[in-house]
Amino acid sequence: MLELTNICKTFHPGTVNEKVALDHLNLTIKDGDFVTIIGSNGAGKSTLFNAICGGFFVDEGFVELDGEDITFVPEHKRAKYIGHLFQDPMKGTAPHMTIEENLAIAYLRASKGQHAYLSHVSKKDKEFFREALGQLDMGLEDRMKNPVGLLSGGQRQALTLLMATLVTPKILLLDEHTAALDPGTADKVLHLTKKIVAERKITCMMVTHNMNQALELGNRTLMMNNGNVVFDVEGDERANMTVNDLLEHFSVRAGKDMDNDRILLSTKTD
Amino acid sequence: MFITWPLVQSALELGLIYSLIALALFLTYSMLNVCDLSTDGCYTLGAAVGAVVAVNGHPFLAMLAAILAGICSGMINAFLQTKMKVESMLAGIIVNTGLYTINILIMSKPTLSMNDTETIFTMMKELLADTPFAGAYKFIVALLFAIALALLLLLFLGTRLGLSLRATGDNIAMVKSSSINPVLTTTVGLCIGGAMTALAGCLLGEYQKSVDINMGTGMVTVALASLIIGETLVGKRSVKVRAVGVIFGSCLYRVIVAIALRFNLPASALKLVSAVIVGIAISMPAIKEIIALKKTKHEAMIKHKKMIAQKGGR
Repeated sequence: MLELTNICKTFHPGTVNEKVALDHLNLTIKDGDFVTIIGSNGAGKSTLFNAICGGFFVDEGFVELDGEDITFVPEHKRAKYIGHLFQDPMKGTAPHMTIEENLAIAYLRASKGQHAYLSHVSKKDKEFFREALGQLDMGLEDRMKNPVGLLSGGQRQALTLLMATLVTPKILLLDEHTAALDPGTADKVLHLTKKIVAERKITCMMVTHNMNQALELGNRTLMMNNGNVVFDVEGDERANMTVNDLLEHFSVRAGKDMDNDRILLSTKTD
Repeated sequence: MFITWPLVQSALELGLIYSLIALALFLTYSMLNVCDLSTDGCYTLGAAVGAVVAVNGHPFLAMLAAILAGICSGMINAFLQTKMKVESMLAGIIVNTGLYTINILIMSKPTLSMNDTETIFTMMKELLADTPFAGAYKFIVALLFAIALALLLLLFLGTRLGLSLRATGDNIAMVKSSSINPVLTTTVGLCIGGAMTALAGCLLGEYQKSVDINMGTGMVTVALASLIIGETLVGKRSVKVRAVGVIFGSCLYRVIVAIALRFNLPASALKLVSAVIVGIAISMPAIKEIIALKKTKHEAMIKHKKMIAQKGGR
């Protein structure tokens, strides 16, 4: 269970660029929840993810994961149990290293103790990597010695997803991880995401700009505005909701119309 | 004869010893992607520490002491770069400047002579005294060290820590979200680099039987040239092949310098010769690109002319 209590984060305090990104935010994510998150530009969605994964430390409040206070635990330590995917497929993999080497680094999460650092990647590990790559159904299991830089954006994002879940994380953060891919590839990566999350029962939070996706995927939807959650819906109410209902809810709760141009565009075309 | 075997042999000896510094830069510059400019000072530090210990009668301890001194230097450099967030080039320059004083303090005078000192080289000379290899004792020591250090480095790069270190230079965002501490990997990389650089200094001091406070000046340029010659020669290959290429590049650089010096140049021209070689070596990838583009253009033009000729013929 992830618990955020009274989280505040202000960027560039005391300057003309001062921006309150998270404003006394409270949020509880239950184990096994698959939460979709939507919101205007600058609503604090990515900031929320950074507060959870430790990209920066918050100004106020507590972050607790499974009852453990991780508010001031550095990012690389949290990464042991938090998976994080970004919109940019280039961010999650090392391009000049092979697929196998990238997976070996991701697999470091599973190792315990300092001696693991000086161990080499074993045959058993390689076999495990090959099997895991097979799940992606992209033929990557036969290209394990290829540098990741040779892969397409979609393949790299699928690999990043695999790396983030190679050792089952306590929580998986997906920050519009399919937004930079072409529609066909995006569908494939999304399908993989659904499959992996469902099979392993991973607690998951996903930012999306696609309102249909926000309602179809997962079991709970959050709407963010001005650094806070303005609408939180699950269960029957969510099941019966349409995209128009969602937009209406937003303008009522936020006191303004949704101004995320990408959301509006995707709503019109869908 | 213009190029004699002794000339090539001594060039190779130097090349092999200096290849340790090139390998150190291979680790910090090519793998970790930080610019470590403390090389000059660290190299002299190793030579100074090694010489002082060797003069006191401990040839093996000398190497160990030099390595430890190099690790200390790397540690300070890493502390500045990671914890104090000093730009990597600046951190190297700061460490380099500080080391000058440290080195003088260690040596207690600007030059140290090791003429009657027992070193790894004199020991090898005695060992090989009545064998056919007696004349190549220096070469053998240098070769053994280059091979041993390259193997150790490759063994290290294959470990999970080594992979993490390479990833730190390749994609820092990925490293942080993969539970690796970039402070740790950077520190380990700079310490190993420092240790290898200092060991090279120690060996060279023992090789030429003297240590001078200014012996490190310009060493970073020379090592960088060796590294780039090596990397350009082998191109995009596996890490193992590239490491061998670096050693080869270092030897080649020394041979080029040796040949250049045969043209009766004054000793003061050595720096200019070095600079020209370095300049050409570093420009090699760009020169290759320009030649490739010229070739493509030329071929495209021929095809184009052929097409026009065919159309005209119809």
